[in-house]
Amino acid sequence: MATKMAQYKGSAQYIVSDELRNSVNIAIALGKPLLIKGEPGTGKTMLAQSIAEALDKQLIIWNIKSTTKAQEGLYVYDTVQRLYDSQFQDHDVSNIKQYIKHGKLGEAFRSHDQVVLLIDEIDKADLEFPNDLLWELDQMSYYIPETKETITARTRPIVIITSNAEKELPDAFLRRCIFHYIAFPEPDEMERIIRVHHPNLDKRLLEQAMETFYMLRNLNNIQKKPSTSELIDWLQALVVGGISPSKIKQDMPFLGVLLKKNEDLDLLLNGLQAKTQNRSKPRSSMWGR
Amino acid sequence: MFTEFYYYLKNFGVPVSFNEWQDLMEALDQGMAGSSLTGFYYLCRALLVKTEAHYDRFDLAFASYFQDIEAVEGLPEKIWEWLNREVPPLEVTEAMRRNHQQLDIEEMKRMLAERLAEQTEQHHGGNRWVGTGGTSPFGHSGYHPGGIRIGGDTRSLYAVKVAGMRRFQEFRTDETLGVRQFQLALRKLRQFTTRLDGAREELDLEGTIDQTCQNAGRLELKWARPRVNSMKVMLLMDAGGSMWPYTRLCNQLFTAVHKSSHFKDLKVFYFHNCIYDWLYNDPSCSQRDYTDTEYILRTCDSNYRVIIVGDASMGYAELMRPGGIIDWDLDNDRAGIEWLRRLRQHFEYSVWLNPIPARYWDRMEGAFTIGAIRTVFPMEELTVEGLERSIRKLKSRSRAGEESKLVY
Repeated sequence: MATKMAQYKGSAQYIVSDELRNSVNIAIALGKPLLIKGEPGTGKTMLAQSIAEALDKQLIIWNIKSTTKAQEGLYVYDTVQRLYDSQFQDHDVSNIKQYIKHGKLGEAFRSHDQVVLLIDEIDKADLEFPNDLLWELDQMSYYIPETKETITARTRPIVIITSNAEKELPDAFLRRCIFHYIAFPEPDEMERIIRVHHPNLDKRLLEQAMETFYMLRNLNNIQKKPSTSELIDWLQALVVGGISPSKIKQDMPFLGVLLKKNEDLDLLLNGLQAKTQNRSKPRSSMWGR
Repeated sequence: MFTEFYYYLKNFGVPVSFNEWQDLMEALDQGMAGSSLTGFYYLCRALLVKTEAHYDRFDLAFASYFQDIEAVEGLPEKIWEWLNREVPPLEVTEAMRRNHQQLDIEEMKRMLAERLAEQTEQHHGGNRWVGTGGTSPFGHSGYHPGGIRIGGDTRSLYAVKVAGMRRFQEFRTDETLGVRQFQLALRKLRQFTTRLDGAREELDLEGTIDQTCQNAGRLELKWARPRVNSMKVMLLMDAGGSMWPYTRLCNQLFTAVHKSSHFKDLKVFYFHNCIYDWLYNDPSCSQRDYTDTEYILRTCDSNYRVIIVGDASMGYAELMRPGGIIDWDLDNDRAGIEWLRRLRQHFEYSVWLNPIPARYWDRMEGAFTIGAIRTVFPMEELTVEGLERSIRKLKSRSRAGEESKLVY
């Protein structure tokens, strides 16, 4: 029964792990949304772009904000516009259809060809938001009572949903998704990712920078771990600043690019100091915030 | 097929639903496991596990289900010889996979013994005899979901190795994680006033626009009742010496509670080992800066959600006897346990969080007092999962000591 589906194999601009590629292909074959979680900066959003590029499909992005309602993704009935029009009497207001504005989800359903729909950062929205989309994502259709129309997807779009785990998603929603957690890249994988962004990087510079980077990530008690995108920015800064590779580990220049929190910077400096002076750090106050 | 694995997962605490299992079957029909156990592993994980917190449980379940059984007792030396031959890799088709029913281990051991008795020669390939390759449940380098592997290199079992590495251990929520995870757990502690009571004092903008347009432009104002969080929280923390090892953990919880701005009211008090007539206003437990426990019982209504954080480990007298207080220069007329009972009686929504892992509760030095306090307050360990469970308990009235009945 297996009809040959489009197979995602990764793209030139985006390094994809085997596990992730598997998950993408499972989601495409089963026609289910793929829910992507992972640390910030692990390329969750980039994935959808890469899929669209690799399979040569249109990408529709629905950015979710805290105020986004599920209904907005489907359609909005612009009653205010209709009211204006009725007052100036230059439109035929009896035709309600022209006041139905389709949202991103509606756009994806109505498209002739299969599209890639990215629902970005779904956890930003209200707790009930995912539940409101259950039927629509399951059946890929919705009903507009105002015009008595049912919009059904011609081809099931490839739906990629990203989440930063700010809110727990409802179980009923999760059951309908394929789930993948993007683990933080291992050093060799990281090197390949960096090569995509900085193809002509000095080998020694990269080595030293990576070592420092993973050392920082492995520090205990650090509050906001530096991510891939921050490493890429940092490398850019090192190159532009003309820092010699031998100085990176010692001086750690442009540290602000990697560590964004004062506490983390203090922690690192304290740790270094303790190491150089070879004595343990004094116990911090118990309830200090 | 693999139905046993489904229950295995459930036993390991991976919440798998029947729908997801159906999806897995469909995916297998479409050949998406790529005819390898590794493919099967990733397919299962993508379809059945919906949070990275359960990845580790899944790995454990997978590893233990597809675990190779190394030695079968009394295996003749000759069999080992047959098995030591290398064979080319085997293509596993759907049909083959379907043909294999799940056998249980006892059954299989019995069958193996029978076949060993019948079999008199080497056998490689095929689906019945003990040998290499093929799809008999016995032998190695072959394929049988859940067969007995006898010697040889693990080939299909790579996935079990992957699972065995337990790379996602750190994502377990029953391990302690950090401020953010605590915060997420605390977010669940909210109780909105309903839209059904209270005054309609908030302009419902959308409703107004809607109604006005329905009226063809004649303005009609709509009002709605605002929804606010009515949750009030009281945090009582042990600042005694025995809590020092858990400083960082308590600190994280403390920070998380403070950052959670969605509570209507938040009160924090401290105590030294046990609660008596007074609660301190700061962690140094200075004897000048305190609030009477009696006063708190009088002024705070019973809607306060009370979270007590402490190791609950102390001397017998400290908890059970009047005058048993640990501080030399202080005295208490009532035993600590009595104060705890009074608190519990007044604050029905209350829970005790213990930074000591639950598995040590019965074996520690303080096992007696922990047990005694558990008869008064529901006790959970101070981990993200423990906090989540306690928050569920804080939402409704829950009985203490359901788990442990202690007679003293």
